[in-house]
Parts: sequence; C-alpha cells; structure tokens
Amino acid sequence: MAAISREEVAHLARLSRLAVTEEELDRFAGQLDVILQSVARVGEVAAEDIPPTSHSVPLTNVYREDVPAPSLAQDAALSGAPDAYEGRFRVPRILDEED
Amino acid sequence: MSDLTRLSAADLASRIASREVSAVEVATAHLDRIDAVDERVHAFLHVDREGALAAAAAVDRGEITGPLAGVPIAVKDVVTTKGLPTTAASKILEGWTPPYDATIVERLKAAGMPILGKTNMDEFAMGSSTEYSAYGPTNNPWDLGRIPGGSGGGSAAALAAYEAPLAIGTDTGGSIRQPGAVTGTVGAKPTYGGTSRYGLIAFSSSLDTPGPCGRTVEDTALLHAVIAGHDPRDSTSIPQPVPDVVAAARRGATGDLTGVKLGLVKEFAGDGSEPGVLAAFRESLEALVKLGAEVVEVSCPHFQYALPAYYLIAPSECSSNLARFDGVRYGLRSGDDGSRSLEEVMSLTRDEGFGPEVKRRIILGTYALSSGYYDAYYGQAQKVRTLITRDFQAAFEQVDVLVSPTTPFVAFPFGSRTSDPYQMYLADLFTIPTNLYGGPAISVPCGLSEGLPVGFQIMAPTLADDRMYRVAAALESAVGTFTPPAL
Repeated sequence: MAAISREEVAHLARLSRLAVTEEELDRFAGQLDVILQSVARVGEVAAEDIPPTSHSVPLTNVYREDVPAPSLAQDAALSGAPDAYEGRFRVPRILDEED
Repeated sequence: MSDLTRLSAADLASRIASREVSAVEVATAHLDRIDAVDERVHAFLHVDREGALAAAAAVDRGEITGPLAGVPIAVKDVVTTKGLPTTAASKILEGWTPPYDATIVERLKAAGMPILGKTNMDEFAMGSSTEYSAYGPTNNPWDLGRIPGGSGGGSAAALAAYEAPLAIGTDTGGSIRQPGAVTGTVGAKPTYGGTSRYGLIAFSSSLDTPGPCGRTVEDTALLHAVIAGHDPRDSTSIPQPVPDVVAAARRGATGDLTGVKLGLVKEFAGDGSEPGVLAAFRESLEALVKLGAEVVEVSCPHFQYALPAYYLIAPSECSSNLARFDGVRYGLRSGDDGSRSLEEVMSLTRDEGFGPEVKRRIILGTYALSSGYYDAYYGQAQKVRTLITRDFQAAFEQVDVLVSPTTPFVAFPFGSRTSDPYQMYLADLFTIPTNLYGGPAISVPCGLSEGLPVGFQIMAPTLADDRMYRVAAALESAVGTFTPPAL
C-alpha cells in the first residue's frame, strides 16, 4: 500500500505554497512514497520513554548583553527586495476586492 | 619559480610572510588557473578577481598579518558575502547580493585571506552530487564525467583542480566530507556550535555546520583555527575555547599513534560499500595499527536508523527555514501582474524558483510536521536522535575515535542516481550519524579504487576536534596525498 497518495501530495504542496504542476505531482507522489516507506523505519525503534533531542548543544535561553548597537540600515535591508516603495517592502494585494 | 597553485596553504603563507612571493602573485596565479580550467570543471558560480586582488594587495602593504595572510580561498555559495552574489545555487536567489557578511567570512577577511569567488553546490545544500544545482553540475577533476560529491562539490573540486588552496564548506549530513572523499581532498566538519552559523543560508539549523576544506590535514587545521570560535550572533555557538587543532595536526604528522584506540562500528560492516572502498579502508586501518593504534570493535545499534531519522529531521527543518523565500524581501518574484493575490504570487514564485529536490524535501518536511503524523515521524526521529547520541557516548567510553569509510562508493557517473532520490541519500550513510550527534568528523584521502579517490572518516567526541586532526595527520603521513590526472 502506498504510504502517501497523489491527493495528499497535492494538499501538502498547497500548504507549502508550491504551485506544482500536474507532471510534478505525478513524479513527486511516487518518489515521496519510496522515501516515506524508507524513513518510516524509525518507527521500529522502541523509544516511548526516550526524551527527544532537538539539537546537540546543551544551551538554553542564550541572551546577549542589553546594549544598543547599529543594525542593518533601511536601504541595505531593502536592497534585495523585488519591489519596494517609500522604505517598505511592497507586496501584492492580500485582501480580495470585496473585502 | 614553482607553480604557486600546487603549493600547500601552509607553504604559501610562509612564502608570503617572508616576501618570497607577494599575495597578489599568489592570488593572480589562482585566478589565472580558474580562467584556464573552470570552463571544464565548473567549480565556481562567481569569481571576484577585483576583490581578491584588492585583499591581496592589503596583505602585501603589511596591513594584515597572520598564519594564513594572503592565502586565497573559495567560499561555498550558501555563505553570505557582502557585495558578492550569493545564490545557494538556487534560481530563487539569482542576482541577490547580500548586504552583510557571514561571521566566518568576516573572520577570513580579518585573517587577510582573499576570496577568489563562490563555489557551486546542490541547491540549498540538498544533495550529494551537485546535480541539483540550478546552474549545472560541477565536474570531478579526477574524471570530468563523474560527480564531485555534494552538496559542496564546487569547493572540493576547486581544491582538486588547483583553483584554490583552501575552501569553505558546510556540512548538514556530509556535505563537506563526502565531496572531500570523492575528490581526494580533506574536509572537516567541526563540532556543531564550534563554527558560527550566522550568515549561512539555513537548511537544517540543528545540523548545519560550516567547516574547512583543504588538500592537506595541516592546511585544513589552519583554516579551522581561523573560522572557529564563539559568536554571540549565533545562539547555538559554544562559548568555549577552540581546541588547538593545528598543534594536534602537527603532532599527528610525526606518525606516532601509540595508545590511540580506533573504534570500528560493527553495524557499519557490510553496509553496501563497494569492494574497492572497503579494501582501501582496511589497508589504511592496517597502516594506522603500524603507527601504534589499536583497533576495537564497538556496537552502535541505532546507527542503522540514522539515515531515516535524518531524512525526517532535515526536511522538517528545511520546510520551515525555506518559508522565508516568499518573493517579498529578496530574490525572485513571479506572476505579480496586478491580478494575482499575495498567496498566488508566493506559490508561483516558489514553484518557479525551487528545483525538484528542494520541493520534495519541503513537501516531505511539511508532511512529517503535520498534525497526526508529527509523533510518528518528526517526534520519533528526535527520540532516535537521542539514542544515536547515546551510542556515540557509550562508544567514546571505550575508544578515542570512531573510523569508517567516508562514503560507500567512489565518484559515480552523472545521472546514475538522480532518478531514484533515495539512492542519492545512501551516499551519506556513514556521515549522517555524526551530524545527529553533533560531534566533529573529518574525511582524509586514503587510497584509490579503480583510479578514483577513497575517503577515510574519523569521528571524535564533541569538542575533541583536535583528536580527529591528530589521527587524520598520522594517516596522511602513512598513505600520502593523491594527485588527479592533469586537466
């Protein structure tokens, strides 16, 4: 049985904001199925009482000194923007016309 | 005068310091070599002749001194360089010029190291062959029809082709070590947190580790010392002194390993390595025993789950990290014709800007993190990560370092593993456990199989980076270095 269906891949692509083509969907569904069946092997390990590791450095809540310092200038921050307007990032409309 | 591009970084540095040659001459020799061969190798995505020569001239004026002052370097294109294009080999960042330097780049500049240019890689460092670069693959200088490893194939190939004496890589699952192995060069992944991630374009933040690449162990250690050390701008940077890796490499080069215990991981045996890879590995092991080392078999029962755990953890983190590429703040924006919504523009931008492997991993990670699957996939993988860490800790109570081949196979021909993505993932079988644990590991050339280089991996405990350099230098003193055929 397939671990993941074409419909699920299409749904995940939408969640991931990827406007994948039909051809990509066909290809990815098969490939992701092979990958998922392989990685699902982690389920064979008895690990109920094992704490998870999120990263390997035993540090938590690292703070810097509370000293003001210069940050990236506005023009530098905007220098790579596809579209900028009056010192801001310009984006396509977010709300529909009727909103 | 000997060909400057053939000299080690250590040799170049001392000749520059004694004014036998100028830093400008050294940079020029490498830039000319790039001009002569890179059309065939394609190690570089961008070459900065003007910037490299200006940095070299500053060294010649005596403005900067230091152990590697004037030695030029190539930098993987996933590391930000102020004023120099940085794409991570992705179309989504085509033409982007970062407004700031990564911490490690600041340190290269402060050390007087001219940056020759940016090297090719698999897109966003996802891959083992550079075939997933949006700008075409890099060709292995040993055989131009074969892969140079990945993701950092450009950095490794630049070294093997004598286009640069040193290079920067990043290692998330083996992206420094596996390219080193298949190009006959040295690549070291420092302890996670030992080198700053600030200015690295993030792939998997709990695993990404920048590190040094060179043609000799000593050169690699010298570069390690330049880039390593605490950085307050990276909250996972370790606030402790860097072990003296250069002294360790020089000690190892004397060829004495008396009393050093090498651990052979039982579970790695017979794990699909090519016979020629295994033969070169075993011969090198015997060479280390002749230097006084002792071989001890150890068991790491959870290593067999490292690859599956990695391919849940890394895609999960990448699906989150790569959300920043939304066509708003930098890079590509596609389909913004005034009629489409922000969401439609984002989706079109990401579909056009990302290549197939990046999309696969984003989708896989989104799946592993979704409600209903989280516990079975991402959560379970994090628990397995704990067990793998415990395997390492138990092993290091018995031995000083663990050893293995770096990768199961030598450089493979282009196209032989792209149709089945999982076959590509197997290239990282032996390198991935270390990333999950966070310790340091190094790949050293140890022999040839059918005329192609084989790498020997040495894994050490967290913060014992010096230990792996000592063993690596001893191995190098026993087996020598390997030179590819003339291009």
